[in-house]
Amino acid sequence: MPDLFAPLAFTFVQRALVGSVLVGIVCASVGVFVVLRGLAFLGDAISHAAFPGVVIAFLFKVNLAIGGSIAAVASALTVGLIARRSGLREDVAIGVVFSGMFALGVVLFSGIKSYTGDLLGILFGDVLGVNEEQLAIAGVVTLVVVVSLWLVWKELVFVSFDPVGAAAAGLPVLRYDALLLALIGVTIAVSVQVVGIILVVAMLVTPAAAARLVALALAFAVGSAIVGIALSFFGNTASGATIVLVTTAVFALVWGIRAVRLRLLGA
Amino acid sequence: MTLAVTVASLPVVEASRTIELQDVSAGYDGVPVLRDVDLTVRAGELLALVGPNGAGKSTLLKVVAGLLPPMRGRVRVLGARAGEESGRVAYLPQAESLRWDYPLLVEDVVLMGRIAKLGVGRRAAAADREDARAALARVDARDLAQRPIAALSGGQRQRVLLARTLVAGPDVLLLDEPATGVDPTTEEQLMRVLEQLAAEGKTVVVSTHDLAGVMAHFPRVVSLNGRIVADGTTAVLRDDRILRETYGGHRPGGPQLYGDEHHA
Repeated sequence: MPDLFAPLAFTFVQRALVGSVLVGIVCASVGVFVVLRGLAFLGDAISHAAFPGVVIAFLFKVNLAIGGSIAAVASALTVGLIARRSGLREDVAIGVVFSGMFALGVVLFSGIKSYTGDLLGILFGDVLGVNEEQLAIAGVVTLVVVVSLWLVWKELVFVSFDPVGAAAAGLPVLRYDALLLALIGVTIAVSVQVVGIILVVAMLVTPAAAARLVALALAFAVGSAIVGIALSFFGNTASGATIVLVTTAVFALVWGIRAVRLRLLGA
Repeated sequence: MTLAVTVASLPVVEASRTIELQDVSAGYDGVPVLRDVDLTVRAGELLALVGPNGAGKSTLLKVVAGLLPPMRGRVRVLGARAGEESGRVAYLPQAESLRWDYPLLVEDVVLMGRIAKLGVGRRAAAADREDARAALARVDARDLAQRPIAALSGGQRQRVLLARTLVAGPDVLLLDEPATGVDPTTEEQLMRVLEQLAAEGKTVVVSTHDLAGVMAHFPRVVSLNGRIVADGTTAVLRDDRILRETYGGHRPGGPQLYGDEHHA
């Protein structure tokens, strides 16, 4: 049996562990609202919209997460605006804006002649290659998102549960919706570093779908991050995808247990 | 200037006008649902809004709650513009528009009535929870406090929503179809609470399809069909001409009789 703690001797494993735990925390807490509001499709779309921001940041040698955040948040708010002003259904507005943004990213990307390993990391996640600057940014973003959520948690729940009643009580419903979109945007942009654009929605949705209470969702996400990093080290598999597979397994287990318990209680 | 003149120029009834609509038209996307509405409601009144689906009952409540700006006319609520009377107006939306599948406890929902007053970053204190339990007790639902909302019946949902409204401590209560999906016992109990509130000097406006309930409990009835057809006592509901103008050719007996041509 291999020594489970041996990988911790490597600095890159330590960084990967801290990075994926931070992503687990920030994704699970925002993810509770993504699942309650039925915004999984929007989350997936925002992650793709972050791509051109990342490519432009790469071209100008700026931090990739910052470029991704700006593109993601701007697109998320644009969709909200288009859906309200044009009368188009929100899913249609999402389809138009975000696939356009992703296509822009691909076109910009195809024009880059130099080494593009960093950018491929953005598509598929590269937590083992995460550096200290990226970790620091992930830490700050996690802190900002968690504190923001703590401050307006009850307002966001009210606005999500009963938007009309909340508006009648005098809450600025549109501003809270915009805040939630912005939090989802920065969460995705910072998480893309770890699990990649294509898989980030899983971190956002799966832990919160397994447990809608935020404390349990956090525990699932953080546990999956740690177990996923360990499995990917010993199995020599892609780390981001391994973490996502662990969250999927947790989800399947939770729902399996729930189904069995319902069967037993029903019988 | 004599004292008598001063008193006469400041009539008490003027001060007690809580809702005033003058020449109000309102609707959605530029299409009016309600036209030329003049309505004054005073403190202590218990008023029923009746009319077919699409008659403008919800629209009228939303205008008064400040949720829908009128297309035309003047709306004053508690002496201020609608929506600007700082938390003294509570609006109880139709229960089916809420997300009852959320993982919330009944007490969480009741405490939502306090959120606007608490402000950002502040949690409900023990005193707020005590008030929430008292509000639940008043609607005869104290034992529901720790129940998940997903497990509530239609009648229990309405009790919980009314408790949330009570916790907000409003002077004006606007209730959109609170009798829908509610059993007769619950309806009787909720009506008793609304009658008490009116007796305490609150203004209570309720939209409803339940004409028998209106006959039994409401001192004042306003019948709507895109405009105010009649405004008076329950005698309004015994007047065939008014009923025809309100409901068209159909006799009102239940929502199924109203006919689709009335849907907005």
